[in-house]
Amino acid sequence: MSTTDDRMWTARLRNRATRALPPEQLMPDRQPAYVASWIYVFGVATLAALLIVLVSGAALALEGPQWYHGSPEGRFVNSLHLWSVELFFFTMVIHLWGKFFMAAWRGRRAMTWVTGAVAFLGSIGTAFTGYLVQSNFDSQWIAGQAKDGLNSVGLGAWFNVLNYGQMLLYHVVLFPLVLGFLVIWHVLLVRRRGVVPPFEDAPATAAEPAPAPEEVAS
Amino acid sequence: MDHPGTYLHWGVIQISVANLIVIGLMLLVFVLALVLPFPRGRQRP
Amino acid sequence: MSTLTRERRAQIRARERQPWAGEYRRYDLVKEFLAALGVITLLTVVLAVVFGSPDKHAISLAEWARNAPNDFVTTAVAELDGSSGTATYGAPYVNDPTAGQKLGPLPLQRFGGVREPVDTAQDFVLGPLSTVTGDPALRSALAQYQGASDDQRKAWTGAYADALGKAPDSDPAKVATGDYGPVPLLAGRLLDLARSGGLDGQLLSSGGFYQTDYAKPLLFIADGTYLEDQARAEHLGGDQWGMMNETGRYPGQAWLWLYPFWYQIPPFSTSDNADALVWALMMVLSLALVLLPFIPGLRSIPRATRVYRLIWREHYRTNR
Repeated sequence: MSTTDDRMWTARLRNRATRALPPEQLMPDRQPAYVASWIYVFGVATLAALLIVLVSGAALALEGPQWYHGSPEGRFVNSLHLWSVELFFFTMVIHLWGKFFMAAWRGRRAMTWVTGAVAFLGSIGTAFTGYLVQSNFDSQWIAGQAKDGLNSVGLGAWFNVLNYGQMLLYHVVLFPLVLGFLVIWHVLLVRRRGVVPPFEDAPATAAEPAPAPEEVAS
Repeated sequence: MDHPGTYLHWGVIQISVANLIVIGLMLLVFVLALVLPFPRGRQRP
Repeated sequence: MSTLTRERRAQIRARERQPWAGEYRRYDLVKEFLAALGVITLLTVVLAVVFGSPDKHAISLAEWARNAPNDFVTTAVAELDGSSGTATYGAPYVNDPTAGQKLGPLPLQRFGGVREPVDTAQDFVLGPLSTVTGDPALRSALAQYQGASDDQRKAWTGAYADALGKAPDSDPAKVATGDYGPVPLLAGRLLDLARSGGLDGQLLSSGGFYQTDYAKPLLFIADGTYLEDQARAEHLGGDQWGMMNETGRYPGQAWLWLYPFWYQIPPFSTSDNADALVWALMMVLSLALVLLPFIPGLRSIPRATRVYRLIWREHYRTNR
């Protein structure tokens, strides 16, 4: 490559990206041997649940927010959306417990924890706006209650939970965009830093094999 | 499922049977995830 | 940790930052994802088929007026009177410097300003009633009310509110005789308007044809007791851990447990500023969760509790 090419913005961005995350690191076919516990499946289970949430949500969006009240098919899709959300939080919290007890923030992995925790809080916000746009009794009551919390600290003037249209757009557009960005960042960080190693419990462990040639230093 | 739920009271705590089941399942699944053996893959040559 | 020297700890930290130099095993991430997707999809479908989802229908002002007319009339008088929850709320609905919650000395509620102004007497009662045609008695009642002084109006509404409170079941038909001016007629006509469904439409579309802001109808119905009675019957009240719950027998939001917890204990359970206090406390705790890696003590709990010995037991066994 000539030096002129390397100065191009496209080339520079490409080089930075592939240096940070070469393909074998972005999609590795091996993991450290210590990745051998069922606790490790809860991250990917959360991602899978999130996908079902998004797909069922998209189906609801296709027919509009009132569809499910009068249609059996709509009610079924609404049920898929509800239970995928329950499973999403179920798996995410167990994932959080596991990562906590592993102190998974060690070894420059603090941002992985931070993005994950913010995504957890963002998910709660997304679910909250979801409850507000069910257009049923729940929505009425939750809006009435939530307004008191938000108003008490002056936020209700902007985050107007009584405005159905605004909450619907928050739920379908704003929150998922921000959450999607956080989740992608979180997963890329996991690939970049690798899965956190075990605590070193014994003083000098046996000599480890040399890293394979294609191993990339992070 | 639309009939009023059953709620358990314990001091200031009030919890629905459904939520209790969910929390109980989460704790159970967490413990199982920790103790159940994980199938070992083949080692890299 | 105290048995390790600082140098040793620095070495360990350096190793934790490096790519794993030890043994690897084949691990098919794509297959794992698809397997997880299959399991989660199956679970979702089964749960959806077996349990379905709740959909308790929304309560319109018409339904409220038909099912609980006495509560509706009592609330309407309070709106006219300026004594309802909304009328005395403060920001963002009403400009009242004495109203609103505080966080210590900070009147946070007022910081947002009155960005959703509501005049309960005009918006909920007099405005809708003034659109009714072909009702001469109503016309003259409105004229009488609007022509009276503030003191006179307060005297009428105050007396009628008291009388309703003392009447059996707050039934307007059983109220003691007294000087209430045009207030009973106004409240009665508003009840008729609500029963017919006209008030729902009026309150929503007062800002224009297309409206998505349900502030007015929601604030009005929430000022009464009917909506809250329905909610409490489903354990959705604040002192019932309502934030965690769902209507019917469905699971709710177990992950929210800590937020409603605070409302059950002093000082929050007895404070007028409970909402502000709880919100602030939960923001601090949320920040602590996000910044956990940087908090000494908390970040050492995983090492101390040794749950990791279970997770990595195979690793420790083969690397003794």
